[in-house]
Amino acid sequence: MITTTKPAQRLAAQAGAAPRARRPLRTWLIAGAAYLVAILFLLPYLEMLLIAGRPNNELGQPTILPSHFTFSNFTTLWSGSGLGGSIGTSLQIAAGATVIVLLVALPAAYCTARRRFRGRGAFLLLVLATQMFQPAAMLVGVQREFVNFGVPPTLALIIINAGFNLAFAVWILNAFFSSIPVELEEASMVDGLGRVGALTRITLPLAAPGIVTALIFTFISAWNEFLVALTLSLGESPSQQPLPVAINNYIGEYSVDWGHLFAAGLVATVPVIILFAFIERRVVSGLTAGAVK
Amino acid sequence: MPAAIRRLVPLLWLGPAIALIGVVVLWPVVVMVQSSFQQIGGEGFVAGYNGITNYRHLFNEPDFVPVLLRTLVWVVVVVAVTVLISLGLAQLFHQRFPGRRVARWALIIPWAASVMMTALIFKWALDPNVGVINVILHHLGVVKQLGSNQADWLGNPTSALAWMMGVAIFVSLPFTTYAILSGLQGIPRDVYEAASIDGATSWRSYLAVTLPLLRPAILVATLINVINVFNSFPIIWEMTRGGPGYETATSTIYMVELKQGDVGQSASMSVINFLLVIVIVLVYLSTTRWKEQVDR
Repeated sequence: MITTTKPAQRLAAQAGAAPRARRPLRTWLIAGAAYLVAILFLLPYLEMLLIAGRPNNELGQPTILPSHFTFSNFTTLWSGSGLGGSIGTSLQIAAGATVIVLLVALPAAYCTARRRFRGRGAFLLLVLATQMFQPAAMLVGVQREFVNFGVPPTLALIIINAGFNLAFAVWILNAFFSSIPVELEEASMVDGLGRVGALTRITLPLAAPGIVTALIFTFISAWNEFLVALTLSLGESPSQQPLPVAINNYIGEYSVDWGHLFAAGLVATVPVIILFAFIERRVVSGLTAGAVK
Repeated sequence: MPAAIRRLVPLLWLGPAIALIGVVVLWPVVVMVQSSFQQIGGEGFVAGYNGITNYRHLFNEPDFVPVLLRTLVWVVVVVAVTVLISLGLAQLFHQRFPGRRVARWALIIPWAASVMMTALIFKWALDPNVGVINVILHHLGVVKQLGSNQADWLGNPTSALAWMMGVAIFVSLPFTTYAILSGLQGIPRDVYEAASIDGATSWRSYLAVTLPLLRPAILVATLINVINVFNSFPIIWEMTRGGPGYETATSTIYMVELKQGDVGQSASMSVINFLLVIVIVLVYLSTTRWKEQVDR
């Protein structure tokens, strides 16, 4: 029976006697530990839900669970402060940055994957450098450049988020294009598709998982970006501020509207957590490809 | 096509990317360095060049050296603890067990959610009067009295830093664990079989086989974490604003705080942060011989 066991189990089996009886117990111990870790990771976000759904008169009481769950914070979220406007602004920034990243990264990734030319290494090093330098390291320069040229905050944030997410997209698309055999493109060109046809009907569809990963990753990181958004949109009216900045308006000088803050926080986080689950398995390769290659 | 023109063809494909990098990354560096030699008011009005005055003032700030040392401790502790815990978590989630997909999905949540929101949850949970962490600690008898100084974790620089490091580790774990997991998946199974034939126990084979083979994954994960943790802004900003005074500020927070009063001096702090990042990256590139492998 030993011939079909997995290596890890085989090692465990060697360490002690009676492998047949031990294996299920060991599996359940592992599963139990993993579930415990998973719950620990989930708890802070469940707490967010508990506070958002807590009746406001219970916010000052030191109890772990609310007496009942109320949706009033979610329904009153939309009146007044212009949260809908902020969501619109954030959508514009995230979608705009995503479109620019794809338009710019696709040709660059394709070219570096297919051709060997002088300056290729230098270009890839430049891309790696942009991944290493985050906006925080050059905030003053970014702010002064875009303010000097009078660029409106939303447009500036689109361009800045596109620039700082370019590296991820180039790396992951480069990896996908490199994995598609050149012969496949050449064969379809011979079959009369032409160069453009080969690209749009063969290469791009085969690279689709990479494109979707780049698209979702850029969208999420532009949606979550806080420091540059705070710096550039601080003086704007709340509805013109991106969501992460607008959420901070619930923090007043003397008191914090925690109920609304976490209700808005859920609106901001739940959609991106679901989106992230789609790219979960591929996102690591996009982040690390540049540094290992 | 003449050779000279042929050589320029890649530029058509790479041009937009280079332009974007130029506008968003390269030009801001120029503006930043230039600003660090200028006298600039809080409103952004440039009063002219003032040589190295900004740097002299910055180096003379009593908070400057403590902030740099604190940044070093912040980066080293957060990254080291993150990598150690992630090695264990990756080993755990590499095993086969029922429900593994769902458990792994829960693991990514702090990575997908905005760090700012996670920081705000912990700020609420540490509220001296009603925060859930304090309420639980009160039930356990650790916190004697809710609302006391002891329960005001974020009011004391030492305990505030410890809690914020905890949050920074928490949000860094998913990526690091996933990076090490993908390293584990790349290790061929027959390596383990050879080790088990040689009579290695699980722990011995982990130290002798797994860990050395994980080296590239650990190195990359460490580098990316060092950069992220060094530049980390939302956690400290939301939980203490670097206060009381500048006693919990890292260099990024300090730079942002300076910007509200003296843009020129803030720019000189930025330049120093930027140089530190360059040093980190150069050290990394020299240890991994990046370029040779790209030109393979």
